[in-house]
Amino acid sequence: MMSEKTLIRLMPWLVTIGLFILWELLCIVTGIEKFILPRPTLVFETMVQFAPQIAHHSLQTLYTTTAGFVLGVVGGGLLGVFIGASRLVYVGLYPVLVGFNSIPKVALVPVLVIWFGIGTVPAIITAFVISFFPIVVNVATGLATIEPELRDVLRSLGASKTEILTKIGLPRAMPYLFASLKIAITLAFVGSVIAETVASNEGIGYLMLSASSSYNVPLVFAGLVVVAVMGVVMYAVAVWFERRMTGWAFRGSDLMS
Amino acid sequence: MQGPAFVKIDGVSLVYRQAEEETLAVEDLNIDIQEGEFVAVVGPSGCGKSTLMKLVTGLLDTTAGRITIGGKPVKGPVQGVGMAFQNSTLLPWRSTLDNVMLPLEIVEPHKRRLRKEKKAYIEQAMALLKTVGLADFADKFPWQLSGGMQQRANVCRSIIHNPRLLMLDEPFGALDAFTREELWGVMQALWMEKKFTSILITHDLREATFLADRVFVMSKRPGKIILSKEIDVPRPRTLDTTFEPHFGEIVHELREHIHSVRES
Ligand SMILES: Nc1ncnc2c1ncn2[C@@H]1O[C@H](COP(=O)(O)OP(=O)(O)O)[C@@H](O)[C@H]1O
Ligand SMILES: [Mg+2]
Repeated sequence: MMSEKTLIRLMPWLVTIGLFILWELLCIVTGIEKFILPRPTLVFETMVQFAPQIAHHSLQTLYTTTAGFVLGVVGGGLLGVFIGASRLVYVGLYPVLVGFNSIPKVALVPVLVIWFGIGTVPAIITAFVISFFPIVVNVATGLATIEPELRDVLRSLGASKTEILTKIGLPRAMPYLFASLKIAITLAFVGSVIAETVASNEGIGYLMLSASSSYNVPLVFAGLVVVAVMGVVMYAVAVWFERRMTGWAFRGSDLMS
Repeated sequence: MQGPAFVKIDGVSLVYRQAEEETLAVEDLNIDIQEGEFVAVVGPSGCGKSTLMKLVTGLLDTTAGRITIGGKPVKGPVQGVGMAFQNSTLLPWRSTLDNVMLPLEIVEPHKRRLRKEKKAYIEQAMALLKTVGLADFADKFPWQLSGGMQQRANVCRSIIHNPRLLMLDEPFGALDAFTREELWGVMQALWMEKKFTSILITHDLREATFLADRVFVMSKRPGKIILSKEIDVPRPRTLDTTFEPHFGEIVHELREHIHSVRES
């Protein structure tokens, strides 16, 4: 007998494999052309066939995503602390940030190309600006929602603003920061792939675009699958990190363990 | 009354201003508290008890009147005051022991000495935890403790640095009756040992009578003191004490005043 726990663990795999089988069956039954919707088996075949190119371009994407993400975490984290700790900074900057965040990031890419040319830099910057916002918002929220009673306890002990920030503000903001990382990493990925598609000659986005312009549809799909897998892996890494760093915020629940 | 008051609240009023609206929360409060005295303030919900507490600790500025502590006027947050609230406000990322030791990281002279004399301070904190029956839970995190245990830890945190003034704002309000009465005993024992000047805010008349030397009854908003009652019940008081006729009479008298307040 399979225990419920193992079943919970296996479920995502079962669903994924099920979807692929469904896709395969759909293609066989409808007899759809492979340059419209290739069968998954063909996609995997293509993946193996183009393994070196795919590896090269994925690594490039991984690099730009990670670089943009790290910048986003550092910059977003710092700005989040300033915004959350000071009402004045909050009032001044928040509307600007919201405005900035509502610009579709793909619209920035042409500007970045003018400034930095085609290649790695626009991808990193796009990943950075797109992953930046959720981190700022989360960190600021963590700081701004300190219980007033707790603040009173510290203030009447004679704690300085800095002490309140380091003793309760920052530790309290940690779960908020780590919760935002999994959103941010997926967004960073979206950012770098978009930028590579529009303005690069390297990276998985570029690979898909060039495959599509030569009608190599199976390779386009191979790229999509790789993008999805990388996204899931990065998300899982972020979740693992979150668990490790802020276990106390989960109060012993065993989800995702 | 003996000597000058340690805490002197002299004709104090407070108005909350929010946008256009003005709320007179407390009006013309006059309270003198001797050093080492345990006083309780009771009154209907919303009458300004918590406001009074914020005024005394300097977290709020008075609109009129003045407050002095140890002869010095209160301006800005008074340093080194111990505080405990209804919700325990323990830090979830710290163990019980580390939570209790938090004030030592902030209040001088402990802050300065903490690193060098860490061992002695830990011993001191452990001894305190032991007196409230939490020695075995020092390494546990707040969410691993029951509500009553969290409140014990919370009380320990408020007195670890031997505060000149202890402020308790309905610290046992969220607990069940049994746990609450148990903690009265714990609180009384701690106070009898260390004798810090304490102000307890509560809406439980038996709690006030059990713990305090003097009970002040506040009217509904705007809060004024309408009765100051000396509690002449010998210490240590026990749960049996609460069933004695004299204890009952005092509680009854307080209750009648509260009632007259609510009906007026
Ligand atoms: N920050 C505030 N701004 C405006 N009004 C407040 C504020 N805090 C408390 N009040 C009002 O002042 C009155 C007294 O509040 P409080 O001191 O918390 O009462 P209690 O602790 O006795 O229940 C209440 O009517 C409350 O609504
Ligand atoms: Mg209150």
